[in-house]
Amino acid sequence: MSTLISSGTIEQKSRKGFYAPLFALWAGMGSIVMMFGSLTSAYIVRQGAGNWLEFRMPDIFFYSTVVMLVSSVTLHGSYWAFRNNREMLYKLLLPLTLVLGIIFVIMQYQGWNALYAIGVALDGNPGGSFFYVISGIHAAHVIGGIFALTVALLHAFMLPYKPTEKRRRRFQLVLHYWHFVDFLWLYLFLFLLIQ
Amino acid sequence: MSSSHQHETDVLIREQGYDDHFHEHHHGDKFQSNFITHYIFSQDHKIIARQFLITGIFWAIIGAGMSIIFRLQLGFPDDSLAWLKPLLGKWITINDAGVGALNPEFYYALVTMHGTIIVFFVLTAGLSGTFANLLIPFQVGARDMASPFLNMLSYWFFFLASLVMFISLFLSTGPFAGGWTAYPPLSALPEASSGSGAGMTLWLVSLTFFVVSVLLGGINYVTTVLNLRTKGMSLWRMPLTVWALLVTAILGILSFPVLVSGFFLLMFDRGMGTSFYLSEIFVNGHALENVGGSPILYQHLFWFLGHPEVYIIILPAMGLTSEVLSVHARKPIFGYKAMVYSILAIGFLSFIVWAHHMFMSGVNPFISNFFVVFTLIIAVPSAVKVFNWISTLYKGNIRFTSAMLFAIGFVSMFISGGLTGIFLGNSAIDIQLHDTYFVVAHFHIVMGIAAFFGMFAGVYHWFPRMYGRFMNETMGRIHFWMTMVGAYAIFWPMHYMGMAGVPRRYYRFDTFDAFSHFAGLNQFITIAAIIVFAAQLLFVFNFFYSIWYGRKMTTQNPWGANTLEWTAPIEPIHGNWPGNLPTVHRWAYDYSKEGADKDFIQQHLPLTDKEKAEAEHH
Ligand code: HEM
Ligand SMILES: [Cu+2]
Repeated sequence: MSTLISSGTIEQKSRKGFYAPLFALWAGMGSIVMMFGSLTSAYIVRQGAGNWLEFRMPDIFFYSTVVMLVSSVTLHGSYWAFRNNREMLYKLLLPLTLVLGIIFVIMQYQGWNALYAIGVALDGNPGGSFFYVISGIHAAHVIGGIFALTVALLHAFMLPYKPTEKRRRRFQLVLHYWHFVDFLWLYLFLFLLIQ
Repeated sequence: MSSSHQHETDVLIREQGYDDHFHEHHHGDKFQSNFITHYIFSQDHKIIARQFLITGIFWAIIGAGMSIIFRLQLGFPDDSLAWLKPLLGKWITINDAGVGALNPEFYYALVTMHGTIIVFFVLTAGLSGTFANLLIPFQVGARDMASPFLNMLSYWFFFLASLVMFISLFLSTGPFAGGWTAYPPLSALPEASSGSGAGMTLWLVSLTFFVVSVLLGGINYVTTVLNLRTKGMSLWRMPLTVWALLVTAILGILSFPVLVSGFFLLMFDRGMGTSFYLSEIFVNGHALENVGGSPILYQHLFWFLGHPEVYIIILPAMGLTSEVLSVHARKPIFGYKAMVYSILAIGFLSFIVWAHHMFMSGVNPFISNFFVVFTLIIAVPSAVKVFNWISTLYKGNIRFTSAMLFAIGFVSMFISGGLTGIFLGNSAIDIQLHDTYFVVAHFHIVMGIAAFFGMFAGVYHWFPRMYGRFMNETMGRIHFWMTMVGAYAIFWPMHYMGMAGVPRRYYRFDTFDAFSHFAGLNQFITIAAIIVFAAQLLFVFNFFYSIWYGRKMTTQNPWGANTLEWTAPIEPIHGNWPGNLPTVHRWAYDYSKEGADKDFIQQHLPLTDKEKAEAEHH
């Protein structure tokens, strides 16, 4: 039976020059959008039902938002440098982005502590629980991005610098995902702020 | 078909095919690839399709077997089930008179597991997983999926989900027992019932793995269809199978994450003391601390997936049916474009009707009106499809193969079940019918049986493509007629019980005055179910028997079909076509075309001069 099917892997190219992994990444991001869309809709529905705890968002979330936005800029700079033969800049901004990403997650954690300190507990009124859950699930997605950045960093420092098309494509995947979690947070932050 | 024809096909692909500079990346000699990389951790779409199918068959036997046990309870509530003790152990209690009774808690567990297994493991993974994998790369003319590696992971996450669910069947507290929809509070409070503890935890873990599998698979399917079509395969030349599988994958990518959100909140309620779904509940006389939650919130999140999910199940079956009907009626599918637009319309509408499952959950009646309207509108594209299938059959040169019989059976079931949906879609009529056997009858006919029929049509039709042999036709026809008659015998009477108000999910009815006169009918249904179950065992036998001993396929294109999978070598190879990829020149439905010398023209055949002249004319 089908002895000819070997275990080799297949690499195919899209005929229209479209980069299939990037397409797949976007499909995956669409799926993540649906997840957060449903969480924020659930928030609105539940809030509309009354008995809802109102509280002021701790300041640290403002600062973490700025950190996240800056990290998007630094990563974009790194990508630009990679394409324009600025090796030093590329190798400087990439680790900086990674550090900013880690700082963001730490700041979110401090933000949760600050929330707890003002009496908003995870297991209290759903008004608070939603805040923890939404920002927590987002942080999990950022941690995924940190892993991707780490891989990009290994590429940058373990391989000789060569801005080939293949490596640009790979870098582009990380870039798009990181911008995505960045803008996702911006949306969630504004949502949680004005609600 | 002669072997000279096969030769022509090969020459045509070699000379006029599309050269994608394909060369296999062998890791060592092919004879070194061992059993493990070959059949187990395979990245070949054809092997992965078989893995999904066989795992699906395994689950179908378990899921259907469970239904036989609970049907025995419903049909013969006073008879002894002591003989099941060796299988079910402590879930059968034997009284002093030696009469064995099924534990009521376990009865609920069986009903719950039956639903979960059939809906997710058989009709989602077993159906889409099998046919998306087998047909998408073949029919669009690709070497494999966009990412064979993620594709392999998709199967193994399904396997993991299966394993966890299987283990939950053997817990001493039993598997989850709160219904396949897992509504809180039964699902949210580990202390609510015996299955709500470890059973529910494993249920959640299993289904989370399952969603990962669906997403990895779905992203791959969409990417493959949209990026890896061969030269000439424009969207409007794709077979309806590919269209259906594409929209199915999109629905999965967009709706399953919402279910996961619902699950996350449920996990927090179970483990972290939050109150998303819980409010003012008493368990064993003790008041719980949770306030402020809403169980309705879970229902919204569940059904936002749940309704698209029923179309995730039925769309692939529709695609398979369309293809099989057209091939075996030797006619182009009637209204190809209308079929595509209906698939798209159904896909879109399926996202805005979810609350028709919640008319009786206390949602605002004005909001219900909105959902009534869209629910009834979804009947329009459904009816278009039915009309087109029937028109395809009309004056066709029909070959009544097993595949064709099941495809026709699909149309019958879809009509019967779709009509009852229109009753349920009216929120006023639903007051009487909700949570009765009418609903059970509706969704078993339109989803359960119809989707199984589509799947059977697909298996009988593409079995030669999968295994190089045919299934036995005599057994296939016996299988069809027993299932067709038997399924109606089981589910038709349930409509009457439902209209009389008999509620679903009850352990026994003979103790209620209002329902005890249905005892005879319940016995009849149970006997029919046992007969239908036996017919399925015949199918399973036929399936495995034919893998090794079926009649061998000697020509590439035994059904005289137009799609590309029938141009690939009989003996499947890695990369599907040995040299170039076939180039596509026409749609998939040139059957019985006037002036052609055969009653089919395959998609890779260039237009004749006459056809070219006609095309310019238009
Ligand atoms: C003409 C189209 C259809 C309409 C108008 C319709 C309408 C409905 C309504 C209103 C209900 C809720 C009944 C209740 O719980 O009181 C329902 C239940 C259900 N329908 Fe349909 N339906 C249609 C087609 C389908 C199709 C095509 C499928 C699957 C392939 C399907 C699967 C189901 C399932 C699984 C349930 C019950 C779920 C449960 O409560 O366990 N329906 N349908
Ligand atoms: Cu529905």
